[in-house]
Order: sequence, then structure tokens, then C-alpha cells
Amino acid sequence: MTRKQRRLALIGSGLTVLAIAAVLVLSALKDSIVFFNSPTDVVEKNVQPGARIRLGGLVKPGSVERGDNLSVRFEVTDGNRAVPVTYTGILPDLFREGQGVVTEGALDGAGLFRADSVLAKHDETYMPKEVADALKKQGHWKDDYDKKGAAPAGSSAASPAPAKRTP
Amino acid sequence: MIAELGHYALVLALGLALVQAIVPLWGARVRDDALMAVAAPTAVAQFIFVAMAFAALVACYVRSDFSVLNVAENSHSAMPLIYKFTSAWGNHEGSMLLWVLILTFFGALVAVLGNNLPATLKANVLAVQSWLAAAFFLFILLTSNPFLRLADAPMEGRDLNPILQDIGLAVHPPMLYLGYVGFSITFSFAAAALIDGRIDPAWARWVRPWTLAAWMFLTCGIAMGSYWAYYELGWGGWWFWDPVENASFMPWLAGTALLHSALVMERRDALKVWTILLAVIAFSFSLIGTFLVRSGVLTSVHTFANDPARGVFILAILVLFIGGGFTLFAWRAPMLRQGGLFAPISREGALVLTNLFLTTACATVFIGTLYPLALEALTGEKISVGAPFFNSTFGPLMVPLLAAVPFGPLLAWKRGDLLGVTQRLTVAFAIGIIGIAATFASEGAKPPLAPFGVGLALFVIAGALTDIAERTGLFRVSPALALKRAAGLPRSAWGTALAHCGLGLTLLGIVGETGWSAERIVTLRPGQVVSLRHYDLSFDGIAPREGPNYRELTAKFTVRRGSDVLGVLEPAKRSFPTRGTTTTEAALMTRGLSQLYLSLGDSNPDGSITVRLYHKPLVLLIWLGPLVMVAGGALSLSDRRLRVGAPKPAKRRAALQPAE
Repeated sequence: MTRKQRRLALIGSGLTVLAIAAVLVLSALKDSIVFFNSPTDVVEKNVQPGARIRLGGLVKPGSVERGDNLSVRFEVTDGNRAVPVTYTGILPDLFREGQGVVTEGALDGAGLFRADSVLAKHDETYMPKEVADALKKQGHWKDDYDKKGAAPAGSSAASPAPAKRTP
Repeated sequence: MIAELGHYALVLALGLALVQAIVPLWGARVRDDALMAVAAPTAVAQFIFVAMAFAALVACYVRSDFSVLNVAENSHSAMPLIYKFTSAWGNHEGSMLLWVLILTFFGALVAVLGNNLPATLKANVLAVQSWLAAAFFLFILLTSNPFLRLADAPMEGRDLNPILQDIGLAVHPPMLYLGYVGFSITFSFAAAALIDGRIDPAWARWVRPWTLAAWMFLTCGIAMGSYWAYYELGWGGWWFWDPVENASFMPWLAGTALLHSALVMERRDALKVWTILLAVIAFSFSLIGTFLVRSGVLTSVHTFANDPARGVFILAILVLFIGGGFTLFAWRAPMLRQGGLFAPISREGALVLTNLFLTTACATVFIGTLYPLALEALTGEKISVGAPFFNSTFGPLMVPLLAAVPFGPLLAWKRGDLLGVTQRLTVAFAIGIIGIAATFASEGAKPPLAPFGVGLALFVIAGALTDIAERTGLFRVSPALALKRAAGLPRSAWGTALAHCGLGLTLLGIVGETGWSAERIVTLRPGQVVSLRHYDLSFDGIAPREGPNYRELTAKFTVRRGSDVLGVLEPAKRSFPTRGTTTTEAALMTRGLSQLYLSLGDSNPDGSITVRLYHKPLVLLIWLGPLVMVAGGALSLSDRRLRVGAPKPAKRRAALQPAE
């Protein structure tokens, strides 16, 4: 092989691998990304039943009902709208009424969100960023209450924990 | 007083860093030995001052000095001493201090061990390292000072995040940082060589031990982190493709590629441009990782606090150094002349292939990690890119790479004989195929790809052993002679074989765990039994217990197989009153390479509890494999030819060795 052919072989194989990787990435991005929605988005944007999404917000106080065989039903709210969720399995340690939660699954035809995974945040002090942003959008963020000088609605547990610690 | 001393030491270190960043660089430019000689003592002094600052912070933690804001927010007087110690870096400010401690540690090591480096190279390396140090000192002092005092000290601290109250915090972050930050040295070497304009095989020889050491620590740190997450988070996962994990995995992939391309550069004077580029890229990924984890753009257990100023500052550092690195590269790279020619089928060719796949895989991880951030910044749309994305991009790219691994070390330099190598790998092929057949026979085709995974893993392991067998002439010559040859083999050959074996073992563990893991979630009353595979676990009862800064509910399970009692598992739920948080303490039972994993869910008012029970076959290999890789790295590092500060005779001997 001449030097030029060698270089071509090298460049050719490099481009082949990159092309394969690009195809893999593009097809995976098409199939396996999941959009995050707040309860308001779910109600107002008409999310299709069966489409895989993430739904995040606060667990509505008083909404958690436990059924048989580890099934649990609760509502996720952003203060504006609430979406009922069912889940079967063990809930994370930090799952609590009035606290932030992100669930992943799909809506069924009746508007019930069937979650196959429930994520609570790692730490008591922080809230999943998506949830915090969704709440800010709805004007239910703690700072918003401070500005308005009004007490948060419902019990004190309903007020989202601050994302930043105040020393 | 201690906190103020620490603060002062850090300011002094910044002053020294600025001197070290400018004087030796100028000295190297004008070839002034006295100016260049400034670098070594300042590097050592810098390390000493940072060590003092770090010791001061640790002292504040050990003494539970709650007048220091950082201690008050992250410690508790009732915590066991080891956690008081480790919580010094279990927070944003402290972990950045650990970062610079390790950065200056590597600088001091180069200053002390680099006596055989050319004076200008050494001066430039230490100067570049010092630019980095100065930037991060400024970052700490201006945005993340761990020594801030509180006007009125609280009586009690706010406790450390309970998930971090574990021995893992003593091992995982320091290990990971030694790796992460260790790549700063390769970056500094690359930048120094580019400034110097002289890049030759000797450069690769100096850089390779540093790269190898950083790679070993990073490997160990990632594996440790994975095992920690596995037993602490309570649901048996060991890798989540979480952006924070990816942040540590990308430098690992780039670093692994760098290790292999530096080998080509050292031996054959080829791939120079690529090696230098990789050295810049590997550390760029470390910086990107630091940015992702420390700036608060992501939420995870690794993110301690969100402060936009910090994010912007790290972003500025990132742009400065990555941009600077690439600018230097763009300026100098065209001057590099390409050396040693090689045929596509050769050892070099195999190493190029390794590089190609590793960097492409790294790029897919990079896209998957940053795409959601980019999309949100551009469109406001929030998405998550999870495990399915990475499994369907990273996975397929790894298969050809793994299949090629056994070929590499058997191919000759310059021009290899693919047919001959394939023949020599016959036994390894056979072992792989037997593995596939045996797995099909015993487990069936469920899941369908798992038997092929086992076959591939066995092929990689057997291929690595074939290399050693070929080199020693095992089965061809008398055992005594083979043994003698084995003793005479360069340690780096053993290192390569061991590291590749470790890779195969890791793959075997991953296939075993993902393919045949069994899970049961049940609600039990005392006296009831849950069975999984061959194991029966009887729930004996639940009892409260008091810990130093927590209360826990411990459930007791007796594990039986048939009529044999194998032992007792005691999973627990811990609640930490200070933070109002609960953690799950899973109980593990190791059986050979497999594990039983039991974690508690909710306990119900009627006395029953919910448990999650897993049987995870071969799971231990997932972490033993990386340890074997690290052992291989350590063997290579101890090779005389590679030893840090190897004297000249070693070099001559290497040159006289026959081509392998």
C-alpha cells in the first residue's frame, strides 16, 4: 500500500465509525428521549395517551391512597392543575405528601398517569430542578409567596422547600 | 483562629501560584536557568500551603467548630469521627479545596520527581499547572470560601446529607479527584510541549506514567462510586447513566484512548498530533465534568448548592483553558511532522482502532449528556436522555472494540499478520463459542443477547491470556523454560494482559447482572418466608435501634438454602432527625461472585413490611474487573521502562530490545 492509500484507509474507517455512531445517536434520540411535563402542560397541551413522558410537581397533600399489592395512587400538582398517578412498587425514601416528585410513564385513555418509576430528590433541601422551574412558572415558588407576603395555601408542608439554603 | 489560618494559607498559595505561573514561563522563553528553577520550590510550597488550608478545614470539622459556616451547614457534633473527617469534602466548598489540593499535589510531584525532564519542559509544565491552580484558587476565594465565619454560631450543625454518611465518602471522592485532576498533568505536559514546540517519543515516555497513574485512580474512583451507589441507594442499580456519572466516565474514555495512543507515540513516533489533542481533550472533559457537577446546572447528590456566580466562574475557567489548549494546538500542530509509518493491519493500526472507537463512544456519551442542557437553553423544552439512549448508542460501539481487544497485543508493530493472529487466537475463539453454547444450554435464550455477551467476555479474557501464553511459549516449550520466560517478560506485558482480563471480567459481570438478575417485591409479616431462586428468607421481626445521630428500624431475616442456614440479613431504615431524612440501608450477602440484595420499603401499621429482594448473579465482577484493570496499570507503572524518573540506562536497554 502506498502512503496515500494507507491514509485513505485510515480516514475511511474513521468516517465509517463516525457515520455508524451518528446513525445510532440520531435513531436513539428519536426513540428514547422523554419530555418533561408539568401537570398544567399535561392538561393544556393534550399529551397523547401512551406517549412516554415525565410528569413532575408536588405530591398533593391528602391525595396518597395505598391499595393492595403495593399499588399506590396520588396526585401530582403544580398548584394550578393536578394529575392522578398510579404506581406499583416501593416508593423512594423521600416520597412524601407536599414534596417534589418526578414520575415517568404514560397517560392512559382516561387521563390517569400510569407511572413505572417514581423519583424523589436525593436530598431534603433540594428539589428536582424541573419541578422547581414548573412551580416558578405557576407562581407557587416560595419566593413568590414572600413577594406577595401571603402564606402558602394549605398546610406548611405544601410550600415547596427552597432550592437554596438561606444561611 | 484555625479557619483564618487556613484562609490565609490559601491566599498565600494563590500568590505563589501567580509567581509560578509567570516567572518560569518567562525563564523558559529567555532560557534563563535561575528563572526556570523558581518553578520547583514554588510548586512544593504551593502544595504545602494548600495542605495547610485543607488541614485547617478538617480540623474545624473534627472539632465541630460551628462558628464556621461550612461546618455548621454540613456537620453534626454527634457524628462519628470518621464522618466528621470526611464531611470536610462532602460539600461544595470543601470538595473544591480537595480539588486544588490534588492539583497542587500533582504539581509538587512533577517538581520533585521530574529531575530528568528537560529544564524548559519542566518549567513550562509547572507554569501551566500553576495557571490552573491560580484559576481555581481564585474560584474558591471569590465564590466558594470554606472558611467563612458566622456572626452568631449555632449550638448544633445541620448534619451531613445522610446518604453521604458512609465510608464511601472517605474513598470515592479522593480517588476520583486523583484521577480527574491527575489528567491536569497530561494537559500541562501537552500545553508545555506545544509552547516549547518540541514533541518527540521522549515526551510520550514522560507523560505516560502520569496518564497511567491518573487513569488508575479514575478507574478505581468510578468503580468505587458505582458500588457505593449500588448499596446505598437501595434499589440495586450500579450505573444510571446519570449526567454526573457520565462526567467522570468521559475523561475515563478519553484517558483510556490517550494511554493507548501515547504508546504508539512512544514506540513508533507516530500519532503525535492525535496524542497531544487527546491529552488536551481528556483534561477538558475533567473540566467539563467539574462544571456540570459544581455549577448547579444539574441536580444530583453530587450537587451541593446552586449559586449562579459559581457556574459562570467555572464556565469562564473552562472556556479559558479548553480554548487556550485548542488555540495552542491549532498554532503548533501544523509544525509537527508525522513519524513512523505503519500498515493498517499492525499493532499501531489496532491501537488507532481502539482510539477511534473510544473517542466515538465518548462523543456519544457527550451528546447524550449535554443535549438536554442545550435543548433547554435553546428552546426551553425539558427532556431527559436516560439509559435507553446510552444502551443503544454506547453499547453497539463497544462490541466491535471488545472483539478487537485480543487481536491488538498479538499483532506486530508496523505490519501485522491478521491470519496468523487469528490462528493463534483459535483457542480463545473456541472458549468463547463454548461459553455461548454452554450458556444457551443452561439458561436458554433469555435474554437472547446474554449468551453472546458471555462468549465475548470469555473471548476477551482468553485472548489476553493467549498473549502471555504466546510470549512465554507455554505449551510449546518445557514448563521450566516457559516459567523462566514469564519471569523475564516486561511487566508492562503482564500489565496489558491483566488490564484486558479485567475488561473481560467487567463485561462478564455486566452481562450476568443485567441478563439474569431476579427481583421480588413483597409485603411480609413476621414469620413469613420469601423465596427467590434457591434461597428462602424468613422474616424474623423488626426492632428499633439507636445510632449516634440517627434512629433505625432493623428487620432481621434468616437466609436458608434448602435446610442449611446461610446467615442473617439485617436491612434497615435510618431516620436522621436533624435533616428529617430517611435512608435505606440495604443488606448484602455474597455467594461466590453473586449477591443477595435486600432492602426495606415501607413498614405498615399492621406490623408487615415491604421488602425488595434481588439475586444478582456475577455482580461482584462489575467492580472486581476494574480492580484487576488497576492492578494491570500498577504492574505497567512499575515497569522499569516506564518508571517515573527512569535513568538513562533503562532507556538504552529499551532501545536494544527486539521488536515485539
